[in-house]
Amino acid sequence: MAADTTAAENLRTALYDTHVALGARMVPFGGWDMPVQYEGVIAEVAAVRNAAGLFDVSHMGRLHIGGPNAAALLDILLTGSASGLRVGRARYCFICNERGGVIDDTIFYRLSEDEFLLIPNAGNRPAVSLWFDRQLAQHFDGRGVHITDRTMLTGLIAVQGPKAVEIVDRLCEDFTPGARRASNPGRTPAPSQLRPFTWGRGHIDGRRVFIGRTGYTGEDGFELAVGSTDVVAIWNKLTDAGAVPCGLGARDVLRLEAGLPLHGHELSDTITPIEAGFGRFVRRDGGYNGADVLDHQRVYGTERRLIGLTLPGRSAPRAGYDVLADGEVVGTVASGSYSPTLEQCIAMAFVDAAHAEPDTVLTVDIRGRRAEATTADPPFYQRPG
Amino acid sequence: MNPEDRKYSREHEWALVEDAAAGTVLVGITHYAQDQLGDVVYVELPDTGAPVGHMAKMGEIESVKAVSDLFSPVSGEVTEINGRLAQEPELVNTDPFGDGWMLRVRMTDPAELEALLDAGSYTEYLGGL
Repeated sequence: MAADTTAAENLRTALYDTHVALGARMVPFGGWDMPVQYEGVIAEVAAVRNAAGLFDVSHMGRLHIGGPNAAALLDILLTGSASGLRVGRARYCFICNERGGVIDDTIFYRLSEDEFLLIPNAGNRPAVSLWFDRQLAQHFDGRGVHITDRTMLTGLIAVQGPKAVEIVDRLCEDFTPGARRASNPGRTPAPSQLRPFTWGRGHIDGRRVFIGRTGYTGEDGFELAVGSTDVVAIWNKLTDAGAVPCGLGARDVLRLEAGLPLHGHELSDTITPIEAGFGRFVRRDGGYNGADVLDHQRVYGTERRLIGLTLPGRSAPRAGYDVLADGEVVGTVASGSYSPTLEQCIAMAFVDAAHAEPDTVLTVDIRGRRAEATTADPPFYQRPG
Repeated sequence: MNPEDRKYSREHEWALVEDAAAGTVLVGITHYAQDQLGDVVYVELPDTGAPVGHMAKMGEIESVKAVSDLFSPVSGEVTEINGRLAQEPELVNTDPFGDGWMLRVRMTDPAELEALLDAGSYTEYLGGL
């Protein structure tokens, strides 16, 4: 038994005192002290799958990228098209280096013709900022784009689960969709009218809220960006309305059940999106960093591939464990956990392409025990309907 | 919170003497340990009849998020394991000092108990963590 420690130099979100008052266990993550759990991971996963969970994700970055060259710069930096994204919409994609490795994965929102909001991972925010500044200097002589890091001025909250939409609808006033033409003319605009990967603005408790229909749990819901002095009040409104506080422990299980990658595990600067099986978030017309490598891999394949594994029982494969076929090591676990939703163990692993077909029986070395695992295409869990 | 009737290791296991003459103890983990682990989903214990050693690894405990080694607070032979934990590992969370016990051990060196902490010293030790 080893105790968790929090480092004095870690950053704290505006909700830090709220988490402590709620009895959360705080742990260091990506340079921040964050809640890993409140009541318990299993109860929190169930809240998100069956009702509504609430996450403080303020540790993730908010980079505001504006100016006449903003779309053109992002077209070079991102595997998803920025210039082709309509105002009011959002997109998930990758920030790749010239070798096709993933510096970070991100969701970005088009706020107006020449304004974007980009969400990097907490631990990658400094690297992403530096990379963007260098690329701006290299491609546009430093001109025509202003990159502003608004992470410390704002908070980010995720409301996720089958009841998330009705909770936010009930609390939100003065809603306006970000798209210039509303999708439902004649009806009073409401957050529930947002399609997945679109955004709007409104007020909760009289405070301005940016509302994206996005998330990282495999459930319906929203991510809300608000002023850092408004976060606590809005969090309390949402918990009063029935949303259950959930920590990073539940978040990691939920994303793994949904087959979503975590940078540092399924993605890294030495892993490409094609190896990880996320080619659908990589555009085919090139023009971005790493396109040569990714186009080649898409045509000719890769030596290793990310696969899903399912195992009976409750002893979980964990990151770094060997995956074997016929006694030979053929891969490594990237992430693994007991899945309370599926009541079995699940993992994502990189294996030699020859062993990547679905329904292949492999073994995982769980601290010296050989456990039988069956390959499967993620997601392991898909929400009903 | 930590019962006075038993002894504690710095690795957060406890040993409760059941029958001093026979040298049998019950072994489990503390409230603090289960709280640190979070929801316990799996407990790997030695077989009945297996030897355990003072502060040697006796098994593993897994929560959703982590796996930790379990250390035996005493040397001896396992005479019984808590069979309920196979189907109800959450007993370790809900009742770590009672129904969540793990092993019954016949001690080979009862003097090892003297090296363990009493409840007061263990509580003091937790205060310094």
